[in-house]
Amino acid sequence: MKLVKNAAGRLVPDEVNGQKQIPFKGVNKYKPTGNKAKPAIKSCIDFPPDGNKVVKNLKEALKKAGIKDGMTVSTHHHLRNGDVLTNILFDTIHAMGVKNIRWFPSASFPVHEHLIKYLEDGTIHHIEGSMNGPLGKFTTQGKMKGVGVLRSHGGRYQAVQDGEVHIDIAVIAAPTADTFGNANGVNGKSASGLIGFALADSEYADKVIVVTDNLVPFPCVPWQIQGNNVDYIVEIDSLGDPAKIVSGTTEVTKSPDRLLIAEYVARFIDEAGIMKNGFSFQAGSGGTNLAFVLYLKERMKAKGVKARFVRGGSTKYLVQMLEEGLTDYILDGQTFDLEGVRSMRENPSHVNTSPFTSYNFHGKGNFASIVDVAVLGATEVDINFNANVVSHSDGYLLHGIGGWQNCLYSKCTILAVPSFRDRIPVIIDEVTTLCGPGELIDVIITERGIAINPKRKDLLSAVKNSGLPIKTIKQLRDEVYEICGGAPAKPKVNKNKVVAVIKWVDGTVIDSVFQIKE
Amino acid sequence: MKTNYKSSAGKRGDNVRSDCYIGIAPKKRGGIKLEVKSKVASMYGDSIKQQLYDMCAFFEIKNSDILLEDNGAPPFVIAARFEQAVKRLFPENQKEFLLPINKKNLYKTTKDRLRRSRLYLPGNEPKFFLNAGLHKPDGIILDLEDSVAHSEKEAARLIVRNALRSVDFYGSERMVRINQLPMGLEDLKFIVPNNVHVILIPKCESARQVVDVEEEVGRLKEIHKIKNEIYFMPIIESGLGIIKAYEIAAASKNNCALTIGLEDYTADIGTQRTLDGRESFFARSMIVNAAKAAGIQAIDTVFSDVSDMEGLRQSVLEAKSLGFEGKGCIHPRQVQVVHEGFAPTKDEIDKAMKIVAAFREAEKQGLGVVSLGSKMIDAPIVKRAKKTLFLSGLK
Repeated sequence: MKLVKNAAGRLVPDEVNGQKQIPFKGVNKYKPTGNKAKPAIKSCIDFPPDGNKVVKNLKEALKKAGIKDGMTVSTHHHLRNGDVLTNILFDTIHAMGVKNIRWFPSASFPVHEHLIKYLEDGTIHHIEGSMNGPLGKFTTQGKMKGVGVLRSHGGRYQAVQDGEVHIDIAVIAAPTADTFGNANGVNGKSASGLIGFALADSEYADKVIVVTDNLVPFPCVPWQIQGNNVDYIVEIDSLGDPAKIVSGTTEVTKSPDRLLIAEYVARFIDEAGIMKNGFSFQAGSGGTNLAFVLYLKERMKAKGVKARFVRGGSTKYLVQMLEEGLTDYILDGQTFDLEGVRSMRENPSHVNTSPFTSYNFHGKGNFASIVDVAVLGATEVDINFNANVVSHSDGYLLHGIGGWQNCLYSKCTILAVPSFRDRIPVIIDEVTTLCGPGELIDVIITERGIAINPKRKDLLSAVKNSGLPIKTIKQLRDEVYEICGGAPAKPKVNKNKVVAVIKWVDGTVIDSVFQIKE
Repeated sequence: MKTNYKSSAGKRGDNVRSDCYIGIAPKKRGGIKLEVKSKVASMYGDSIKQQLYDMCAFFEIKNSDILLEDNGAPPFVIAARFEQAVKRLFPENQKEFLLPINKKNLYKTTKDRLRRSRLYLPGNEPKFFLNAGLHKPDGIILDLEDSVAHSEKEAARLIVRNALRSVDFYGSERMVRINQLPMGLEDLKFIVPNNVHVILIPKCESARQVVDVEEEVGRLKEIHKIKNEIYFMPIIESGLGIIKAYEIAAASKNNCALTIGLEDYTADIGTQRTLDGRESFFARSMIVNAAKAAGIQAIDTVFSDVSDMEGLRQSVLEAKSLGFEGKGCIHPRQVQVVHEGFAPTKDEIDKAMKIVAAFREAEKQGLGVVSLGSKMIDAPIVKRAKKTLFLSGLK
């Protein structure tokens, strides 16, 4: 392996876990082509004619699926921090004595700290997905056997279609499923709303195992996952902790500074002329994000403006907008609270989506670029509008990319961030880890003011007389450095050891994460 | 072996934010040994150590084990906590470690500036200081009195002193509430030399207390060669204070406003605060009358339910109707509601515009008497109309 400088000026390895890599070439500068992966071709006569594919337990299903050393096993993250199934899955794989699994989750959560012992004993070779919290720390300390690969939700679909990741066995947690394998997330005690993140897995994996704690007679309606793609069904007592799968109720931040940011975001969207009849926006689940939706809603009501669609991360606040007629549709990627789940179950205008519809680089278009304004977060933003979402300035991996990179393609991308967090500057000279190139990032909104990317002259002139606190990104950085006591030192890293790479949406490598020297 | 830190200061624990804990164990020999546990060690570890070495040199500490547990404290907080730990060790040490004055804070104030909102911040909680000005209150009060535990009074003085020098107030008037006299007179030493605009004098019951503050401020200004004016806002919080309201309001030419603290007042007269506030109607009207008689601003008490924005809105409108010009805030989100409440209504603005237009017309024609329709307009009415337009943002 050698390190090469990519088009963003970052050092990236030319090879990761034995696979050749293409360094980032610039936004929309690289186009992977060709048919490199295809679904396994099966025949119906090999499956029970009565449609009953239930097997007695997970071990049995894994055995039938032919699990062996070095395979790729995928999971999805709709159960979020309430996910118990993934931990049970690796307990089972461990007990079967299988080694060197490539775990391919759509995201990981702190609950997966349980898996560190399997990373240590060689059951899991490495993770391709996200390395959150404790797993992030473990990875950054250089303790994982292989190199971690972080991808966006869209990039995950692309990686499957480009054959970068061939899924041997997909294990799909299904809050409700029938004996044929049709499955959904809207019903059952572990309801998560939808299970769209498992779509690529269900289509492209060699073997697909659906695990449910709510097995119903055929047919399970709606079928968000189609039974025709499913090999085996396993029934277990419980997929996880319902309280941590979706929160009973999501609450808006009480922090006055976060509320100020949220208010600026809503004002900006209004004053810039984006908020008009038929517009669309993307909202996430962070406290600031929920609050901006409330402020925007007030403005929409006052001006009689209605949105055509809202992309979520749905919560009760988006559901209220839908039910009050302030938007025609919610196009939902994941549901964050019980109201979101209820609405998706009951309201045909609350529609479930998947990374294929929303984000996939290989789609014939996708929803993300149709959205008028996306409001996202970041851990760091630099003076060239480049942003980081996966690590903090101490260099430790902490979060996944999620749909963040894909959402940057919206018509106006706003990062709503505090300018610093407890003496940790967020607006800095150069991001520790590059996840999003500045050319796709239009506006940075902080409690200290709003910086607009100079290439968005249209936005600059639209808000010129708005009274909003428009500043340059360098002014914001200077203010932050003054408060925090100058520019922060960079983390001390081992430049010879790449512990993880960050993929761009087209499959190229945009940045590396190096082992931290402690 | 566990080090026995003979002196300590600051805050420790998982919930601490933007603050730190310092322990000092003096020794006979061995030089300075630092143990820094900081959330921001990878970013600011070196500069934090340098700051501690600099402060050791300043206070002539040559041999000590020093512990810093830091939860993202900005430099002005580390400095204050360290100085406090030193002073607990050497109470006779009068040296002050002064950080440079933030040039953005060198703006002045005026006696009659807008004081619609004043935001109280607990003086020993620096985590609230850094962003307070972003919410644009007319004034920010760093409080040394009721929000500070008795054992932390001295620590709070250092934090407030350092904050006055370092923290950007973003144009808000810079206020400090001192302790009840005589302790409050001691507080003045830490704030008068550091660019304070307004001193709030709590539990005022006589003109003498205002004069005592005025004299001590005058003495300190002379010592430190302070030129800018420092104004006073007496707070009346008792039955006796209310009876003496006018005498207090008129006690100093540097009084800019008179205000009331209702928690203590209602306790003093033996009742409790209610939502409709009948128990304090007399006292609040006395404040308004005394202030106006002395030619200064009348400012209302705080609204203490931070979740009830509608209640706050009503409360501001009621205060405005009684003649108050400002209201106390205990949460940044209250500021905007208070400003909206004190903003003139559309009717008031329309009327004021007509009055000012008539006044200008009369001036142009050289008429001594201004009239609007059949009504004659006096000078005070014109003045009030101009103020209305000023408050509404119109000229």
